[in-house]
Amino acid sequence: MVNPVAGYASGLDAAIVAATREEIMPGTMFDKIWDRHVIADLGEGWSLLYLDRILVHDLSGGRAMAELAEAGRHVAEPRKVFATPDHAVSTEPGRTAASYPKGERLLKSLRERCAAEGVRLFDLGEKGNGIVHVIAPELAIVLPGLTLACGDSHTCTNGGVGAMAFGIGASELAHALATQTLPQRRPGTFRIRFEGARPPGVTAKDMILAAIGRFGAAAGTGMAMEYAGEAVRALSMEERLTLCNLSIEMGAKVGMVAPDETTFAYLAGREFAPTGAAWDTALRDWRALPSDAGARFTRDEVIRIEDIAPQITWGTSPEQVAAVTGHVPHLADAPDAARRAAWEAALDYMGLQPGQRLIGTRVDWVFIGSCTNSRLSDLRAAADVLQGRHKAPHVTAWVVPGSEAVKMEAEAEGLHLRFQEAGFEWREPGCALCVAANGEAVPDGARCVSTSNRNFVGRQGTGARTHLASPAMAAAAALAGAIVDVRGF
Amino acid sequence: MHDFQSVTGCAIPLMEANVDTDVIIPIQRLVGTGRQGLGPHAFERRRYGTDGADNPDFIPNQAPYRESPILLAAENFGCGSSREGAVWALMGMGVRCVIAPSFGDIFYSNCFQNGLLPVRLPIETVRRIAEETRASPGNARTTVDLERQVVITPSGEAIPFSVDQRKRHAMLHGLDDIALTLQHADAIAAWKLRDSAERNWAWESVA
Repeated sequence: MVNPVAGYASGLDAAIVAATREEIMPGTMFDKIWDRHVIADLGEGWSLLYLDRILVHDLSGGRAMAELAEAGRHVAEPRKVFATPDHAVSTEPGRTAASYPKGERLLKSLRERCAAEGVRLFDLGEKGNGIVHVIAPELAIVLPGLTLACGDSHTCTNGGVGAMAFGIGASELAHALATQTLPQRRPGTFRIRFEGARPPGVTAKDMILAAIGRFGAAAGTGMAMEYAGEAVRALSMEERLTLCNLSIEMGAKVGMVAPDETTFAYLAGREFAPTGAAWDTALRDWRALPSDAGARFTRDEVIRIEDIAPQITWGTSPEQVAAVTGHVPHLADAPDAARRAAWEAALDYMGLQPGQRLIGTRVDWVFIGSCTNSRLSDLRAAADVLQGRHKAPHVTAWVVPGSEAVKMEAEAEGLHLRFQEAGFEWREPGCALCVAANGEAVPDGARCVSTSNRNFVGRQGTGARTHLASPAMAAAAALAGAIVDVRGF
Repeated sequence: MHDFQSVTGCAIPLMEANVDTDVIIPIQRLVGTGRQGLGPHAFERRRYGTDGADNPDFIPNQAPYRESPILLAAENFGCGSSREGAVWALMGMGVRCVIAPSFGDIFYSNCFQNGLLPVRLPIETVRRIAEETRASPGNARTTVDLERQVVITPSGEAIPFSVDQRKRHAMLHGLDDIALTLQHADAIAAWKLRDSAERNWAWESVA
């Protein structure tokens, strides 16, 4: 039988065919954003895509722009590029660029290249500065339906507003800056619907950690995730950013939540949000973005959220995670020999015994921060656990707000005082102990409950042992000096 | 970019899953070390003892595998961070090809950008190459031929692999992606003109 769409293609104008196809075939949100940004079909599933926004940071931004200049090239559309130092800056109270001299070299190069190319830089101490994936939504640099690339794997965070945002390496970053485009191969799509009402104590962090635990750290490799379902619709904008942030820990390129009234209310009035008539046009476009009923995904899964408890990782991959009420697995329960060997190596590094209960495990450090969990609502959730109590004497506890704006808002409502009274350090914005690129690190052998996104070997410092959890769980661990169930603590 | 035709060597059987880019190159090295100096720091936390001497238990340190151009790994090699330094570090220690069942997506793209060939083969096949190599590491030779898209195992078996033809072509000829894209300059300009009219909201705040 002749395909009716193909039949049209031979005789009619391409634009009419595209419109016809849209009417016939329900599309995913990802399909709609992708199709809209195709400049040229490069064959074999490859397209040249337009990038609406590019974000750069101190770790790779200055070098990428310097290498472009050496090759006689320049930033194609500097007004669509935004820069912030975050990775290699000290977060010590009262810090300056000079507080971490190795990082200062990177920052100087970033400053110089941004000035030369006309790229907007949000420098240290300036309102707008902060972790790149915290400031982009905060300033409405990222908007629903946009494409955005950044030389950082957690760029998927920005998909929380309904954008197609993805991480790239240094070479692709140079390409993006020089052309405002990237050749990309269309990825598969993977939808996870979280259904049911969220139990008390369960956060967006627990939802996504539970998903990674169930499906595995490579389940979404290279794919575009969409998170949907009634429990996702009920999430705040900041919680959606947390959910999308860990998409890369499932291997995914993109993580997205469909924009809705929550998204629009969050974005309205922010610095780079459209205004006036442009806002009205934007809203009309954004309302058409959500996946159509009947849209097909490469993989489609449902998680009943009533079944989720607060999560905490026990190993050195985010998939090595359990309910806090659970225990470290027995090696005999490993599904295969390779997994058994991986678990054994992870437990050896983490200093844990097979079958050990997680609750009660002694903790030395607590880190509340990172592009996963450093926004105002995260800091409020952590502060609400404190209830006038003090951290355990042997614990070092840090709170690193995600941006200058978060820091100012938190201080305006006195959160910093509540943390300080509980014995926590209140620090300056940056990536800090998530990636330990700024001279700050969890000491060798120390056990840290961290609100960040990776528990890899050595990630928080050589020999550091990381347990990923939500801000409330981290705050509770600091008070108890051990892993505890935040519910009823 | 370096071009790539084929490599031959005693494949390093580092048969682990989820080897992340933090393990391949610690981030501190990307703050203080240039692109060319990363080779000695590849896998440094596992490669050296606390005294700085080579760790003899780390497989790539063992005699037949030293400076081999081919690395064998299990699932999800190069997962995690987008740092292209992971590719530069591997190339700095002499690796030009990694054979694994699957790769971290950004790492996989970064490989092609630099002339390091990532080859996807089923885990059973990778294990077989590892076993054949371990049986006789002194003599075992694996060849990876990008032109013919074939891996020749130590026992002489020829195993075809699939690779994206666009990437293969660019790698065989060491092509510059930016120059290729700039050939579409007219299409880019036309797209922008149309889009700025249709989606003015995406343009006005950054105009």
